[in-house]
Amino acid sequence: MSVQELDKIFQDKIDAEIRIEPKDWMPEKYRQNLIRQISQHAHSEIVGMLPEGNWISRAPSLKRKQILIAKVQDEAGHGLYLYSAAETLGITRDQMTEQLLSGKAKYSSIFNYPTTTWADMGVIGWLVDGAAIMNQVPLCRTSYGPYSRAMIRVCKEESFHQRQGFESLLVLSKGTDDQRAMLQDAIDRWWWPSLMMFGPTDDESPNSQLSMKWKIKRFTNDELRQRFVDMCAEQVKLLNMTLPDPDLKWNEERKHYDFGAINWEEFWNVVSGNGPCNKQRLDARNKAWEKGAWVREAAVAHAEKRRARLKSEAA
Amino acid sequence: MKTLMIKQYYGDYDAMKGGGGSEIPADKKPAAKTLSSGVSSEWPLWEVFVRSKQGLDHKHVGSLHAADAKMAIENGRDVYTRRQEGVSIWVVESKHIHASNPDEAESFYEPAADKVYRHPTFYDLPDSLTHM
Amino acid sequence: MTDTNYKPAGKAPFPPGRAGGWAFILHLADNALIIGQRNAEWCGHGPALEQDIAITNISLDQIGQARMLYNYAATLYNGFDSNEKTAVDHLVPRLWKAYNRELEEDDLAFLRDERQYLNLLLAELPKGDWAQTVLRQFFFSAFQFYQYTELQKSSDTQLSAIAEKSIKEVTYHLRWSAEWVIRLGDGTEESRRRITDALGELWMFTGEAFKPAPYEVIAVEDLKGAWIEKVATVFAEADLELPKSGWSQAGGKEGKHTEHLGYLLADMQYLQRTYPDSTW
Repeated sequence: MSVQELDKIFQDKIDAEIRIEPKDWMPEKYRQNLIRQISQHAHSEIVGMLPEGNWISRAPSLKRKQILIAKVQDEAGHGLYLYSAAETLGITRDQMTEQLLSGKAKYSSIFNYPTTTWADMGVIGWLVDGAAIMNQVPLCRTSYGPYSRAMIRVCKEESFHQRQGFESLLVLSKGTDDQRAMLQDAIDRWWWPSLMMFGPTDDESPNSQLSMKWKIKRFTNDELRQRFVDMCAEQVKLLNMTLPDPDLKWNEERKHYDFGAINWEEFWNVVSGNGPCNKQRLDARNKAWEKGAWVREAAVAHAEKRRARLKSEAA
Repeated sequence: MKTLMIKQYYGDYDAMKGGGGSEIPADKKPAAKTLSSGVSSEWPLWEVFVRSKQGLDHKHVGSLHAADAKMAIENGRDVYTRRQEGVSIWVVESKHIHASNPDEAESFYEPAADKVYRHPTFYDLPDSLTHM
Repeated sequence: MTDTNYKPAGKAPFPPGRAGGWAFILHLADNALIIGQRNAEWCGHGPALEQDIAITNISLDQIGQARMLYNYAATLYNGFDSNEKTAVDHLVPRLWKAYNRELEEDDLAFLRDERQYLNLLLAELPKGDWAQTVLRQFFFSAFQFYQYTELQKSSDTQLSAIAEKSIKEVTYHLRWSAEWVIRLGDGTEESRRRITDALGELWMFTGEAFKPAPYEVIAVEDLKGAWIEKVATVFAEADLELPKSGWSQAGGKEGKHTEHLGYLLADMQYLQRTYPDSTW
């Protein structure tokens, strides 16, 4: 069969909503695109453990400590599911890790911002996980089978993340003046970076069109961003707080909220490595990886020895 | 064409070749650290199957890395049953999985399509006949 | 406490009875919390994703145990008569007294000072490298396993129920940590060197568990034989030499700690102390 014919069969499957599975023929570019997107997603989960992990030791109650640990641990799990999905495409986890550690692979820029107060934990759950869920729910129907299955699992677990975040913010919003000030400050710091999480505007997003055609992505960046703004503009009222955008206003004609201009200069600056914590995050991952090397090697060496012993016993 | 046919990891082991071994081009392989015995220090990939409750089949839930079977089962427990998803775990190293070839899907699975006589609904019987 | 295993200890600052048992519950809770806090430090920094998840699972179990025990201790305290309250007054968080409300689990965890913490020194030592973490966990879990086995027999039904629930978790921690000790002992040259170094660091902190504190409810000295046997079995498989029992560091059970605990508490308790009596 010619590549054109294979390509036609492939696209017909996609159009008919039939999932593509690892052994199926797929265009090389589809494979590359998936590897890029899934591994970026996995890296984001793993790096995303760090800003929240920063508050595990200082969580203000034992209950909050448990919730936070469980949540950060889930992120490790999500990274793991996603790396596994990418591994079906012919790349190993170590290869992907290497790309992350060398700075070659990208991850979500939001994690390059520091978590400076406890309120950041709740706001991350509400805004950052909220934005992530907006992106992720459509991915449960993405065309590549292993990715879609991983995302179904991720979304199932993720739903507690956003809820716990908002619940902890409700408590702060009913707390002391200090706690309310802490909450507003955290919203002010995280709001704009959260909007940037949906990526560049549609006309600036180079991979979007192909991803839509292949049903890797199902909604554009701007569509999802608008939905998110509409949702948060209502939710913030429950907290008696405000979003830091003077231009935020309901537009009766569009049936959507209008919102102010995003500072894309800041976005590209953080993407290109100049965010407040870019270096710190990568350093932390590098350190964990290097310090873990001897542990991983020891486990393999022991497994080898044990196998050899079993063999000689059997002989 | 060569790059189009890169062999994938799990679920992509050619049974005819005896399974195992990825076919990533050498230049795309990472400079994986090896032990003095020549073995890669990357933990092998395992497939995890979980029985969600007694009486049900084990079902494939995903993959993970582990140095040996014992560790794979424990990792399976920690990774895939944190929310009481299971009562039993199977693990198998991914390289031991042999899969059918999707190119042969038509000859494999379509011949079953017209065997309607295998299904109970194929047989027309009077309503008065009970217990059948 | 009317435990059949309870042995009045004469020298105690705690008279036998409910107030004496109270310190013991704190001791159990502090052990679980402090080692859980240490293990949580690995979250996001583990040597492999799967092991990151494994060690945080253990940490979550331990913090869960601590919560059950603190809850029980708080409930008991709130029901104490004034004599009993006086008897344990030195263990009650001072800051809480100004709050004018009943004692709660978090008050015990977040407002007690270093001298009021009764955990084993072993639990508070820094997490160190992976060898130190898994070896400490193994020593601790092996002790906790025999300790909770005894506690299951307690006539205090609340305590025996907590022990019964916890021992399932502890059994897994013991299995997991023992396997890692074996892997590292019988792994590479480097892993062997590291686990041997860890043994040098930790061994002198293992004896404390078996020296009864005045408030001890079970006969811990009787658990040492079983513990040594378990350690010896695993060490044999790990090809590690069991050290001669030498000098043992002690004091944690009576609130005399290493310098490490102060930093751990300062970190852990920071929010509760900065914003007193707030709801989180």
